[in-house]
Amino acid sequence: MSTEEHPIQIPNSTARPLELTDDFSPGETNFIKVDNFKFFYGKKEALHGINLEIPSRRVISFIGPSGCGKSTLLRNFNRMNELIPGVRHEGDITIHGTSIFDPSVEVIALRRRIGMVFQKSNPFPMSIYENIVYPLRIAGQGDRSVHDETVERCLCSAALWDEVKDRLHDSALGLSGGQMQRLCIARAIASSPEILLMDEPCSALDPIATAKVEELIIELKKDFTIVIVTHNMQQASRVSELTAFFYLGNLVEFDETRKIFTNPSKLQTEEYITGRFG
Amino acid sequence: MKPKPLHFFSSPKGETSFFRLLRNRFLTGLCIALSLLTLVPLISIVILVIRNGLPLLSMNLFSQLPPAPGLEGGGFGNAIMGTLVMVGISLLLAVPLGVFSAVYINEYAPVSPVSSAVRFVAKLLTGIPSIICGVFAFAAVVMTSHHFSAIAGGVALAILILPIILLTTEQALMGVSSAYREASFGVGATAFQTIWRIVLPDAMPAIMTGVMLAVSRAAGETAPVLFTALFSQNWITSVLEPTASLSVLIYNFASLPYAYHIKLAWSASLVLVTVVTMTNILAQLIFSPKHR
Ligand SMILES: Nc1ncnc2c1ncn2[C@@H]1O[C@H](COP(=O)(O)OP(=O)(O)OP(=O)(O)O)[C@@H](O)[C@H]1O
Ligand SMILES: [Mg+2]
Repeated sequence: MSTEEHPIQIPNSTARPLELTDDFSPGETNFIKVDNFKFFYGKKEALHGINLEIPSRRVISFIGPSGCGKSTLLRNFNRMNELIPGVRHEGDITIHGTSIFDPSVEVIALRRRIGMVFQKSNPFPMSIYENIVYPLRIAGQGDRSVHDETVERCLCSAALWDEVKDRLHDSALGLSGGQMQRLCIARAIASSPEILLMDEPCSALDPIATAKVEELIIELKKDFTIVIVTHNMQQASRVSELTAFFYLGNLVEFDETRKIFTNPSKLQTEEYITGRFG
Repeated sequence: MKPKPLHFFSSPKGETSFFRLLRNRFLTGLCIALSLLTLVPLISIVILVIRNGLPLLSMNLFSQLPPAPGLEGGGFGNAIMGTLVMVGISLLLAVPLGVFSAVYINEYAPVSPVSSAVRFVAKLLTGIPSIICGVFAFAAVVMTSHHFSAIAGGVALAILILPIILLTTEQALMGVSSAYREASFGVGATAFQTIWRIVLPDAMPAIMTGVMLAVSRAAGETAPVLFTALFSQNWITSVLEPTASLSVLIYNFASLPYAYHIKLAWSASLVLVTVVTMTNILAQLIFSPKHR
């Protein structure tokens, strides 16, 4: 099926007026641009030519039934899927006008500018402090005061500071599941990325921890462009302004979240939203 | 309200539980008896070594040289020294080689032909008789340098333990959660940084276990050092000269017709068994299977 291009109307009536800094032209609608992107695991084509334009400083959710390619697309934004042997892609993804597959793009630098939060929280077996400092260390930043400052800033952003400020040097593995996931978010933003990719970040969390992470996501979109994969329809409608519905490796519909959930234009979307398949 | 657990667990075919119970009891009893039987030779060795080795045991054994044939007094300090030196040399050679190869085949190129070849050869090498390691080192080092030496003995032991270290390190690396690697790559780390800062530290206890096992194996082997390091009555002064070792001392002295030398061989056995057992126990202790 073909995916027609939706001109994305950013609703002016969103709760928060957007404060865009100089880095971004106001209303940059094609911050991330996916251009006829196909992805192959060996012979298996997992994405069949995706076209998608993601504006900056928004929360975009990817929804769709299991195996439809949400994670695959997400993991291409920071080229994590390259680590799997035998994969290849066609088409292009540009961020800020630059192709991420351009030979001049250093994948290391790309991943520093794109934070990623995984489904299963994966803090390193080190202290809370060292977990957040890790992205700095590998970038060659060894300054203690920068470390201290970053740890506090990121933990505050991740709404974790008050809970852990007295035990920064304890092992991160002693935190609760929800705290671990927020620590991973803190780590993901430590290298000051512009984009935050989240692959089902709440699927292993209880409702209270989930609510905290959702609050956090809404808070973080002031500074980041956030793409979140979720199976939770309520979550998608709570946190995101735009929603993309995928089905069998195709992008079926991409629109304002409100529209997707109240008045989808495709039958498949409606059937999925209303729980008739998926 | 309650489910019926008894009914749930009983045989659907209606086989009487009495016979099943009996068969089960019998098999359990057989297993216990057989495992006790395997303990017999093990315990007899320990008892024998302790009984014969203990009488002569004193600090002098560790600090003195072996007596000339027919004489009494003295110890085997030089043999302990020699064993330590040669095990040290073998570790110096085999640990870097084994660990780096394991890192390569597990982290960089898990599915390449090179990795398959290395893995295959390592597995083959674990089964190679230790005397062959000695023969090889004899040909490669002794023949070319025209000297029996600690180096030659170390090389032979290194060949012996290389596959152990390589394979246990590979296992250790495989045990590191891939979520850690993903997290590290996700924040922009290079493969080297990921391995050096995340993977190796996490695998370290398991790698150390492998090294300890290798140490205990190398310390106890006679064949690889028998005709590479040969033996010496004196303290080691250079790694380029013939060197005594505990295992060769036992082999040599046990076959001498002098009572004192035979007693020395027993004591050396006791020391060797103790050292090997201790390293083994230490290896188990270091590896506390932690948070995975
Ligand atoms: N490493 C891999 N090797 C081969 N095929 C893969 C791999 N990862 C994913 N796939 C396939 O690609 C397709 C898309 O998978 P993907 O993980 O992107 O789905 P998803 O939408 O994230 O599903 P879920 O909601 O279950 O996470 C699936 O058919 C899957 O089987
Ligand atoms: Mg997925």
